[in-house]
Amino acid sequence: MNEFLTTPIGILALTVAKTLAMLVPVLIAVAYMTWAERKILAAMQLRKGPNVVGPFGMLQPFADAIKMLMKETIIPSGASRLLFMGAPMLTFVLAMLGWAVIPVNDGWAIADINVGILYLFAISSLGVYGIIIAGWASNSKYAFLGALRSAAQMVSYEVSMGFVIVTVLMCVGSLNLTAIVRAQENLWFCVPLFPMFVIFFISALAETNRAPFDLPEGESELVAGFFVEYSSMSFALFFLGEYANMILMSSLTTILFLGGWYPPLGIVPFTWVPGPIWFALKVAFCLFTFVWVRATFPRYRYDQLMRLGWKVFLPFSLVWLVLTAFFLKLTGLLPA
Amino acid sequence: MTTLDRFARSFLLSELVGGMALTLKYFFRRKVTLNYPFEKATLSPRFRGEHALRRYPNGEERCIACKLCEAVCPAQCIVIEAEPREDGSRRTTRYDIDMTKCIYCGMCEEACPVDAIVEGPNMEFSTETREELMYDKDRLLGNGDRWESEIAKRLELDAPYR
Repeated sequence: MNEFLTTPIGILALTVAKTLAMLVPVLIAVAYMTWAERKILAAMQLRKGPNVVGPFGMLQPFADAIKMLMKETIIPSGASRLLFMGAPMLTFVLAMLGWAVIPVNDGWAIADINVGILYLFAISSLGVYGIIIAGWASNSKYAFLGALRSAAQMVSYEVSMGFVIVTVLMCVGSLNLTAIVRAQENLWFCVPLFPMFVIFFISALAETNRAPFDLPEGESELVAGFFVEYSSMSFALFFLGEYANMILMSSLTTILFLGGWYPPLGIVPFTWVPGPIWFALKVAFCLFTFVWVRATFPRYRYDQLMRLGWKVFLPFSLVWLVLTAFFLKLTGLLPA
Repeated sequence: MTTLDRFARSFLLSELVGGMALTLKYFFRRKVTLNYPFEKATLSPRFRGEHALRRYPNGEERCIACKLCEAVCPAQCIVIEAEPREDGSRRTTRYDIDMTKCIYCGMCEEACPVDAIVEGPNMEFSTETREELMYDKDRLLGNGDRWESEIAKRLELDAPYR
């Protein structure tokens, strides 16, 4: 068996098995994220939320999935057919690709590459293509406006997000995600780099087009934004992609700032719980905060959003980056 | 000092944290959702639901075909035809309400001099076809027989305010 795993077919089989072991829980998490979001939003608005399909409405995501599959896929006559159908697939595939480098436990990444964070950043930047193509290919003014907004927004917030990541990288001295988590064994980065943590989280909200930065969707002015013309499974793929991206961003927050798989304190009752559970709990907390923010804040106006990105976050993260660099150099804590 | 105070407030995101604390508080509050088909809200005695034609206790229909309701109806959804009955009393031969036109304003019950046409407490009368919503006299009298006890109670409860 061990010999088989070193042959090319064996390696392929092992990779497929690992990928399935990663993606199946992710997709189940995506399904339950839609349920959890509706439940949390409902609770914060004093409603009960979905409670009819299955116990506590737990089967609601599957009922929705069946409904989506049964519906007709409508392609507008003015749409560019190939791109129109390609865009949701691109969005979904890109949202899934990022999971290749996420370490759920020490050494539990599908690809433990040394440029993990760069890969992740590149993949999340590519996500804007799905949106832009969808908006353009729909041949609809609302979809196009939504796509333009989304592109501008994602590009703006990626800049400050990049600086936040650089700050973390300076403290670690490695681009490898496993190494980043290992560096937080004694102290999570959300404590010394708290302002960066907040900026990163808010940028993650903007990056995934979540409220209060959900201008690309903006029901009240753009109907549904870039995916107005989509129906059935192509719509569902956008939806799955958005939620998978949310979970990916939460995982990234967990890895960069919340100490990945490490328990909050390295003492007995906490260390009994295995690492992946801690990781999942931290991701769940981040996701809860995503929804919590959505329940609390109204949508930004477009110019305010740009102002926040370019005139507040960018200078602030830049200054904090320089300060961190000075601090590390002067105290001799700079990793080799 | 006030500038510094304002700066500190916005810098520490105090307003945002306050808002988040409020929504979190509501997260744990008791929910107000009614589990509709199983739980229902109380209805006012003045609630205007499905129409009914009432009868006197001796079984005689109240409507005297004065056509005031037909005249007052702003949606013009009531159609009445009348001729003298064999015993010489004036009665309707046709009393139709197009429920798809009705706006449930309650003017017909206000206009009625004999309290014949009323809007009852029933609001669960959805149908699968449009035709079923074209009510005729039999249907309306049937509604009256079915809901009479509740309609009488509602009229009695509302009487002090009329």
